[in-house]
Amino acid sequence: MRRVHRAVRALPLAPALVLLLLFLAGPVAYCVGIAFTDLQLTGQAHSSFVGFANFRRAFRDEAFLNAVWLTLVFTVLSSLVGQNTLGLALAALMKRASKPVRTLTGGVVVTAWVLPEVVAGFLLYAFFRREGTLNAILDQLHLPRQNWLYTLPILAVSFANVWRGTAFSMLVYSAALDEIPAEITEAAEVDGAGGWRRLWHITLPMIRRSIGTNLMLNTLQTLSVFGLIWVMTRGGPGDRSQTLPLFMYEQAFQNSMIGYGTAVALLLLVVGSLFSVVYLRLLRTEV
Amino acid sequence: MPRKRSARRFAADVSLLALAVAFALPLAWVLLSAVDPRAGLRLRAPDGLTLDNFRAILTPEITYTPLLNSLLLCGGATALTVGCAALAAYPLSRFRSRLNRPFLLTILFATSLPITAIMVPVYALFVRVNLIDTLQGTVFFFAASQLPFAIWLMKNFMDGVPRELEEAAWTDGASALQSLLRIVLPLMGPGLAVVTVFSFVMMWGNFFVPFMLLLTPDRMPASVSINDFFGNRGMVAYGQLAAFSVIYSTPVILLYVLVARRLGGGFALGGAVKG
Repeated sequence: MRRVHRAVRALPLAPALVLLLLFLAGPVAYCVGIAFTDLQLTGQAHSSFVGFANFRRAFRDEAFLNAVWLTLVFTVLSSLVGQNTLGLALAALMKRASKPVRTLTGGVVVTAWVLPEVVAGFLLYAFFRREGTLNAILDQLHLPRQNWLYTLPILAVSFANVWRGTAFSMLVYSAALDEIPAEITEAAEVDGAGGWRRLWHITLPMIRRSIGTNLMLNTLQTLSVFGLIWVMTRGGPGDRSQTLPLFMYEQAFQNSMIGYGTAVALLLLVVGSLFSVVYLRLLRTEV
Repeated sequence: MPRKRSARRFAADVSLLALAVAFALPLAWVLLSAVDPRAGLRLRAPDGLTLDNFRAILTPEITYTPLLNSLLLCGGATALTVGCAALAAYPLSRFRSRLNRPFLLTILFATSLPITAIMVPVYALFVRVNLIDTLQGTVFFFAASQLPFAIWLMKNFMDGVPRELEEAAWTDGASALQSLLRIVLPLMGPGLAVVTVFSFVMMWGNFFVPFMLLLTPDRMPASVSINDFFGNRGMVAYGQLAAFSVIYSTPVILLYVLVARRLGGGFALGGAVKG
């Protein structure tokens, strides 16, 4: 009787569970399955099990290693350095600034975040193009212009990701800074601790949990950026801004090798899962 | 001391304004180009104001059909997500069970999985089960990918509704479903709005999922069809592209403002994940 009762109580979970199993867990399992086959796009009837061949191939594939390297550059530049530092700087400045300036800046930065990914891509494409806004500004300042999307494509897409993603860090850090009791900062100020020392010895240690959470979430988000880069450079010129998601797409669809593309996807998924686990550990006390 | 403080405030204001200008440049480009009869790629004062760009794109083929597709796709998936999440959150929030914690941890783990990574296998799977290029298949996948976070948010909002109110209803013989629909959900209006808007905004802006799972051009939502401004028409009409971007982005910005207002300033979504 009690068991029946319990089952009935858990019944509302059923629709969500069915959806999650069929459309989320299912594809993940399928991903693990076909990563070890030579499945191709051409709709052949049978694909055969090839063991770790796709993975061995990946680690000998220069294009794959290039994509891993670019993903690393993209993640470190845009997420760890860019979004994270700029987000903290914005949050710290906002605490001191006057209200109208705070509202205005917050509004602009958050708008960049809320915009659809593809629109953000177009805006930054226009910004970095040879005849775009950035070069116009450089001309005004009598600085040398660049064809940014050609000479430094990975830098341009990294900046684009900073533009689009910084608002999240800013919101997280604003909330974290608000929780530092005013007495502590004031006491340090009275003791004569300068701005940088207060930041290093008081602020950063007090918000370290938020820093951890923010870094994890930023990194996970950055690992899966596709649309932004696709719109700006298509991964090019050549493969000079081809991060792992774009490489995976190209292998699966332009080169018709679903099995190989999925093996790369699985690697990305494993890296993402590792970050997720670290993130869960950081949250542990809060769940 | 007050003097030092106002000097500091001034310095902060100036630095913030400089950053705001840097962030605003691309936004200003899209707004000005949309009304510029001869828009190019650089930010500049328009050569007169015109609505021609908007007039040129407000056709069924370019704007109305993609937006309607977006609405059907994202509206359907959001309804499914919010419905399933509300149902699922109820037992998680109200009844104690040994399985709650592991389930919630799994959900939280799933919120941060990179969905991009599974799109190639999802495509292969959808081809196999004949869901490729169908609205319902894409809706189901969208809903499933947004569900973990929706359940997580919904459960936290539901925890904030006191149990006493429901217990009164139970003694009057209301079923769990009745008390969920008549008591709990109405009391968590703002929370429900946040989950709905957040899911919708995420899907509205998502490019990769419909790009992979839909094939027929007539079925494409705005996030994918916007690429046609580049591909098929040779010369890119930047003014029209800008006008389309403005129309396509406005709903999500308005929705965001709506919930941000309702929740007051501290809209950081706790440990939120973004697309």
